[in-house]
Amino acid sequence: MLERLYEDRKKQLLFGFLIGVAFGFLLDRGGATDFDVIVKQLLLKDFTVLKIIFSAIITGMIGVHLIVRYLPAELQPKPCFWKPIMIGGLIFGAGFALLGLCPGTAAGALGTGSVHALFGVLGMLVGAGLFASIYPKLTGFIDRSNMGEVTIDGVLEINKWWIITLISLILAVIMYYLEMIGL
Amino acid sequence: MIMNILTSELWSPYVVGIGIGVLVWISFIISNKAIGCSTAYARTFGMAEKLVRGEKVKEKEYYKKFIPKIDWEWMLVLGIVVGALISSVLSGSFRFENVPLIWKETIGGGPLLRFAGAFIGGLLLGFGARMAGGCTSGHGISGTIQLALSSWLAFIAFFVGGILTALFIYGGI
Repeated sequence: MLERLYEDRKKQLLFGFLIGVAFGFLLDRGGATDFDVIVKQLLLKDFTVLKIIFSAIITGMIGVHLIVRYLPAELQPKPCFWKPIMIGGLIFGAGFALLGLCPGTAAGALGTGSVHALFGVLGMLVGAGLFASIYPKLTGFIDRSNMGEVTIDGVLEINKWWIITLISLILAVIMYYLEMIGL
Repeated sequence: MIMNILTSELWSPYVVGIGIGVLVWISFIISNKAIGCSTAYARTFGMAEKLVRGEKVKEKEYYKKFIPKIDWEWMLVLGIVVGALISSVLSGSFRFENVPLIWKETIGGGPLLRFAGAFIGGLLLGFGARMAGGCTSGHGISGTIQLALSSWLAFIAFFVGGILTALFIYGGI
């Protein structure tokens, strides 16, 4: 039944939209659509953004790995081409600080009336288009460091529930510590 | 009570984070998809490029991988705009913002300087996200949840790059 639902393009577009509405609502209520909240996180003065991400990771991890075990949904880990990930990730980080928003939260900020986020969105369109244009020149570089769709439990050859437990504990301890020191 | 929750401007980050985690469950259950945002920007640029340069744009290698058309993730990003609009109108925080506070205090200048900074920031984000294969949502939340090595590496790189750049640009406060 679910497999047939996955193939229903019209319903899926509606689901994507509705999940987006809920996501945008939550991001705004968390303060993540606000330039100042994100920049304060990057300046390590306010940890709202990491608290949101860490609690999402813990909740999501436990649920998703149960879901793929019992339902037809499948894990889809992105391929690990580690060099472009590191370089692209650092470039992304520089943009993250300068725009003070990321691709998802910039869309949210647009909804809250942020005019400068609109320029950020235009920049992202051009940046993504630029990458698409030079992509043929980069394929060699990208493929050379491709390790495939590897997961942490796969690399370490450890049962994934141990990893999930360990990551959850570490993230929970970090959040507890942040609350203790008043951040 | 319910009205208070709907109109209060900020929720606990833990409530929001758990809510986002549950949304990731829902996406997997009903759509077999992981939440992500940055491919929508590449597809949108491709659609715009197609309007200007015609069908031959589809022959570009990148657009063979990411076909420039409206898909689930594109609708998700559109939904984010609408969801944040609803939230900010209900809480009364909706307002047209040209220059955010920290930018005003550290960089100064008028709206034009901020718009230029935002555009360049966006340029780096769009390029970097497509090079890294995802953004804060696709790698930082959905990918880390799946224990993907790529996503944990990207998540660390995003924040290392972000923290260093923020300290460099706004560190004066």
